[in-house]
Amino acid sequence: MNVPVPGEIDRRLLNERSVPGRIGLQMPGLDVPEQPLPDAGLLRSQEARLPEVSQPEVVRYFTALSRMNFSVDTNFYPLGSCTMKYNPRVNEELAFLPGMAGIHPHQPDETVQGALQLIWELQSDLGEITGLPGVCLGPLAGAQGEYSGLMIARAYFADRGDTGRTVALIPDSAHGTNPASAAMAGLEVVTVPSDAQGNVDVEALRGLVDQRTCVFMLTLPSTLGLFEPNILEITGIVHQAGGLIYADGANLNALLGIVKLGDLGFDIAHSNLHKTFSTPHGGGGPGAGPVLVSDELAPFLPTPLVTRDGDTYRLTAPERSIGRVNGFHGSFGVLVRAYAYIRAVGVEGMRQVAENAIINANYIRVALSDEFGGDADRICMHECVFSPQAQKAKGVSALDISKRLIDYGIHPPTMYFPLIVPEALMVEPTETETKDTLDRFIAVMRQINREIDEDPDLLHDAPHDAPNTRLDEAGAARNPYLRWQPDEDSQAAD
Amino acid sequence: MTTPDDRKYSEEHEWALVEGSVITVGITRYATDSLGDIVFVELPENGTEVTQFDKFGEIESVKAVSDLFTPVGGKIVEVNSGVIDMPEKVNEDPYTVGWLVKIEVSDQSQLDKLMDATAYDNLTAE
Repeated sequence: MNVPVPGEIDRRLLNERSVPGRIGLQMPGLDVPEQPLPDAGLLRSQEARLPEVSQPEVVRYFTALSRMNFSVDTNFYPLGSCTMKYNPRVNEELAFLPGMAGIHPHQPDETVQGALQLIWELQSDLGEITGLPGVCLGPLAGAQGEYSGLMIARAYFADRGDTGRTVALIPDSAHGTNPASAAMAGLEVVTVPSDAQGNVDVEALRGLVDQRTCVFMLTLPSTLGLFEPNILEITGIVHQAGGLIYADGANLNALLGIVKLGDLGFDIAHSNLHKTFSTPHGGGGPGAGPVLVSDELAPFLPTPLVTRDGDTYRLTAPERSIGRVNGFHGSFGVLVRAYAYIRAVGVEGMRQVAENAIINANYIRVALSDEFGGDADRICMHECVFSPQAQKAKGVSALDISKRLIDYGIHPPTMYFPLIVPEALMVEPTETETKDTLDRFIAVMRQINREIDEDPDLLHDAPHDAPNTRLDEAGAARNPYLRWQPDEDSQAAD
Repeated sequence: MTTPDDRKYSEEHEWALVEGSVITVGITRYATDSLGDIVFVELPENGTEVTQFDKFGEIESVKAVSDLFTPVGGKIVEVNSGVIDMPEKVNEDPYTVGWLVKIEVSDQSQLDKLMDATAYDNLTAE
């Protein structure tokens, strides 16, 4: 045994704690007739290499891991573009009701009418909120929603015999998933530049659209947290060229109850329920990225949808559906939480969510712009972007500032994104934070700025108090160590 | 580090060094400083024909993936396998051990479309 060190964390994996013969659970004796497996060839030739540990070891192992978590339940989490809002506890309780958690996707429709009604009502609510009435809740994440939306666009043009539309136009400020989804959908990606103010360069867009344009993918508000002032002109230009407009709904939180994507001319969108509609997020469970379309595109939606016929709800397939995007009906537990959130917030509250998110972001923007290279003049939406180039000139990077925030118990903002902003720090406080929290964040940022002059190594070496200090990101990427391997001797025995 | 004045530069932060009919290509120190630690380099195979200013590969750092645009067109005659195995060489010295490819060039006049070190320094000082 190694020499004990006070405060040391036991970092051994469960597999590394395994002791041959140690048992965590006594299985009861067999009290039914023994049956042979139908195909003995399916039997393992040797025992599975599972960790052999006691119950208290398992409990302590996972409890210790959970205490190392940095989460929205423990800390302020202003991670831009991720909308890390509070996840109301009552939604968890509802999602675990037996009628929600205990049903099976293969049950006959007539035995799960309540669940189907919930799906139907959530489809309708999201259609109303976005102004895009064709809704499929199936996609399991934002990127799958994007992919589904792009496949719908392709199917729509194929159906019209307009097969030459193979280009996806995407702004240089876009989320990386946009070009990735477009490539997956078989489209050629063409980048649309931003102008000096961070808006879509409208003249450049005009020069790029033509009869090859399938879709223009636009995030609204943009990844800079800005509303596109020329949005109606932009959607007009794309429609005139015969293309469709896709809204990346990652930033939908800023638009709730204020403006509908459909009214602005968008044809397709996805919504990240784990962002805008408060379902747990980021490693904390499955997401959901429903795809939303105009009436004209609704026949191409993925299957299944829930339709209502009088008082009966049914799973149905749209007539020219692009097909299934997952095995069943989406992440149903996530849908329950989003539904509960929408019902609790209500129509009036929806607008208030967006307004408070916008006010909170602007409060931070105004307070910190001078010191951290933000835009002191232009009103932002739900998030604000800083560009601490003055700090960079002093030898302190956006990464160093982010890591130092961890020492103050604040999750780092999104950094180095959008790519068009040097040293970007993207801060999204969300509407669920109090003014006290925002004031503390501002005070911490100012203090960090003073530390840069007084003792920059405080930043270079940060974080100091986290379970892991500065990580070797480059080393991890160059020599990835992806899974635990048994040592060579026992491996040879396999 | 000063920008070497023995070679030409593109607006996309690549350099081109002439050695007879073969031109060595790499990225600039300004580019490596902006990218941060480089973790992956993807280069075309020997014999690939490339066109001036077109994409010829990708470079990935801990921050982002960026396209590589060749400052000259021609046929790739050598690829620096050293940077594929050890991408940190590009950070170490992008102008020597961190070179990327060698291109056989038929038309040397392409170099007229590139900048000298002074002009490139002015561009990146902006």
